[in-house]
Amino acid sequence: MVFLTRHEFFNAAHRLSNPHWTDAQNEAVFGKCANANWHGHNYELIVTVKGSVNTETGFLMDVKVLSQILQQEVCEPLDHKNLNLDVPFLNGILPSTENLCIAIWNRIEPHLPKGVQLHRVKLYETPRIYVEYFGPLLNN
Amino acid sequence: MHQTALYRTEHFNAAHRLLCHDWNEEKNRTVFGKCFSPNYHGHNYKLTVGLKGIPDAQTGYLADTKWLSALIQRQVIDYMDHRNLNLDIEEFKILNPTVENIACVIYNRLRPFIENTIDLKIELYETERNRAEYPATW
Repeated sequence: MVFLTRHEFFNAAHRLSNPHWTDAQNEAVFGKCANANWHGHNYELIVTVKGSVNTETGFLMDVKVLSQILQQEVCEPLDHKNLNLDVPFLNGILPSTENLCIAIWNRIEPHLPKGVQLHRVKLYETPRIYVEYFGPLLNN
Repeated sequence: MHQTALYRTEHFNAAHRLLCHDWNEEKNRTVFGKCFSPNYHGHNYKLTVGLKGIPDAQTGYLADTKWLSALIQRQVIDYMDHRNLNLDIEEFKILNPTVENIACVIYNRLRPFIENTIDLKIELYETERNRAEYPATW
């Protein structure tokens, strides 16, 4: 088994607030991240897939195809957008880095070629904060 | 003692959109593209503040970096971090919050607090590949 990784970037606005809570509760839990007028980040996305090497191509998968999936499914819908307002697949989801990671996994996974498995979605919100998601089947 | 430059780096995260208030929507979209997106987008800004001058003969300091850090925190980070530059920051009610203009606004917010004998320079990264410097030369 080999692992193949691709980096992509997108820049977006968001805010953290739970619509079922009062402003005071949101402020207490999310602090300045709850700012009503949004703030934003340069997100760095690192996606790793795994599988066997095709003996004819020498590829796990064509990285151009992986790049196209990431562009089409993640970067185009998210880049230069407001994650709370502009992205249909995030409707009703609080756009924390954790939830974004899971939503990105769900966007990418159905588009991978047969025999290629998604291994990890790693998402940096800032250079010092990142989240990793290894999929719903990972135990412990 | 010789002329020396001293730098301090800080970070802030903010939302913005680019637009010229004198233009209609179509022209703004043509010029600013996805940066004109109506619901804003955002960046992790990396700010480096440079001071240039002659270090003090006794302390060896051009400036105390703790003092410089506190000054940047008060004048820039507390003011801009986790804010919407267009909506929350007085200077950008009219002025377009490009990386060039943000660098210039930061310069103006720091300059009054730095001695006249010391030069000030602002370097601001909007993304890893886009940065502005103000003034353009020391």
